[in-house]
Amino acid sequence: MDSSLTATHAHLAERAYNIRRNALLMGEVQGQGYVGQALDIADVLAVAYFHAMDYRPDDPDWDGRDRFLLSNGHYAIALYAALIEAGIVPQEELETYGSDDSRLPMSGMASYTPGMEMSGGSLGQGLTIAVGHALGLKRRGNKSFVYTLFSDGELDEGAVWEALMSAAHWQLDNMIAVVDINNQQADGPSSQVMAFEPLVDKMEAFGWFTQRIDGNDLAAVIRAFDAAREHPGPQPRMIIADTRMGCGVPFLEAREKNHFIRVDPHEWQLALEALDAGRTA
Amino acid sequence: MSTATAQKPKLKTSAMIASIAGEGQRTQSAPFGHALVELAGTRADVIGMTADLGKYTDLHLFAKAYPERYYQMGMAEQLLMGAAAGLAKEGALPFVTTYAVFASRRAYDFIHQAIAEDDLNVKIVCALPGLTTGYGPSHQATEDLALFRAMPNMTVIDPCDAHEIEQAVPAIAAHKGPVYMRLLRGNVPLLLDEYDYKFELGKAKLLRDGRDVLVISSGIMTMRALEVAKALADDRVDVGVLHVPTIKPLDIATILREAGRSGRLVVVAENHTTIGGLGEAVATALLSAGVTPPFRQIALPDAFLDAGALPTLHDRYGISTEAMARTIKGWLG
Ligand SMILES: Cc1ncc(C[n+]2csc(CCOP(=O)(O)OP(=O)(O)O)c2C)c(N)n1
Ligand SMILES: [Mg+2]
Repeated sequence: MDSSLTATHAHLAERAYNIRRNALLMGEVQGQGYVGQALDIADVLAVAYFHAMDYRPDDPDWDGRDRFLLSNGHYAIALYAALIEAGIVPQEELETYGSDDSRLPMSGMASYTPGMEMSGGSLGQGLTIAVGHALGLKRRGNKSFVYTLFSDGELDEGAVWEALMSAAHWQLDNMIAVVDINNQQADGPSSQVMAFEPLVDKMEAFGWFTQRIDGNDLAAVIRAFDAAREHPGPQPRMIIADTRMGCGVPFLEAREKNHFIRVDPHEWQLALEALDAGRTA
Repeated sequence: MSTATAQKPKLKTSAMIASIAGEGQRTQSAPFGHALVELAGTRADVIGMTADLGKYTDLHLFAKAYPERYYQMGMAEQLLMGAAAGLAKEGALPFVTTYAVFASRRAYDFIHQAIAEDDLNVKIVCALPGLTTGYGPSHQATEDLALFRAMPNMTVIDPCDAHEIEQAVPAIAAHKGPVYMRLLRGNVPLLLDEYDYKFELGKAKLLRDGRDVLVISSGIMTMRALEVAKALADDRVDVGVLHVPTIKPLDIATILREAGRSGRLVVVAENHTTIGGLGEAVATALLSAGVTPPFRQIALPDAFLDAGALPTLHDRYGISTEAMARTIKGWLG
């Protein structure tokens, strides 16, 4: 790596660390939460919010912003962690996570949280909304990108494939989607619940410029976002990110895979320490 | 920061899965799952189908007992309903599970066209009915009864407790045609066994008589009504409870008989929006028959409900025992 790349990498690694830390702190507040997912997607969010996207922290509705749609609303804890790191949500609100009358409910909703563009929770809707944003931005000559994060479980929903087909039909080169392949959904490993491979072939057949990366390899994530933005063709852009639940906290990563990773009350502190250890290593 | 938060009082949580059972209440584990396994032992046509919510609808017990009769359809509720229709046409008796919101909202048209129009023998059994999660509107099925009541051919059941769910499973299997049943899963309150209660499809049952107020209720609101009746007895208010687990077809004869006894305030209580559920069904039945007692509704508002802890929300929206008792006392003046 040349020195500017090294600097970018180091900067984003620090951001990813902070996102993971914020997520663990929120998990500790409630004694639960989708922290396994937050840890797996932290690198993607770090690159999205601190490398790729344009936005104004003090004006989350600024018209020139790149849109970020969280289709998998149960990943809200991960997005809140990034929104706090980005200064869109104040750090003081972290400890209200998931509690009564908080702006940070457990499931992401547009009406609650600054910087939350859509109401998720009913999975499989994000890409359909993104198609509308992308069409709307083009109508207005607005050059912003529309990013969508969705999950491998959402690949089961028909509406996802309707949107994928539509985005290519409309040549929505302003759409960048990331699908989190953590190989987990509610009833078990996603690849066993509903076989979805070969995913690159499927996405390409649906007309998307497609890259598949290790979503926890920061350098690879940076390259993929750069290539997605710079791709000269008229296609929408897909990043298939293979991730590891619990990434950054080795004992959680090693734990039996589950939709909810179990974290015992005394383990939150241990998780924060393990995260710290990995940072200095 | 982390130590500071640890010392604060435990915050109230908007978690998705919260038990509806009160502290110290008697419960029974997974009544639907166990009852379905038992039913499957007597009927070879019974199959189980889900859309990535087997573990969260107690269907995993069936999957374990009868793996070759279990179909994991992935998180695809429309496919789930369409495929259930096809399997029913081929002679199977599908018990289909998801959350109530996804059956009623995401898959409604598939149920309407593929299942109900053909009057197929599919039993749709759905967790998180009404306001039984603090997770927010995406998971709060506050209009499912209205939607399924409006669907021709559909039978609609809102059971109260584990005892009733256990009995309802073979009963809806014995009924020919599509059924939508609300499901309580996990550790489910157990109370109706103390009332010598027996579920009968299409029948309302008087659980307790009372001179001053008649509560007509379904689902968990019958549990609330019985608690309210006990609480108000201390204040010398005599509350009767008519439990109506079958929302459609409605047991109009029993409702008219009980509501027609003069001098009582009639309160319909349901874990559902005021629009289109048991309250409006009862009101229509009463008015159509010229029976016009003083009438009130305890139900959820026509609004997107908040996220938050379930006890907070049940208080906020008037369906906790305390809120319901207060409301009824207020009406009595
Ligand atoms: C339309 C819809 N169906 C079902 C659910 C219930 N549900 C919540 S999360 C989940 C698993 C989804 O898969 P994924 O996002 O890949 O799970 P994770 O990686 O977080 O384990 C399901 C089925 C839902 N929220 N929305
Ligand atoms: Mg997943």
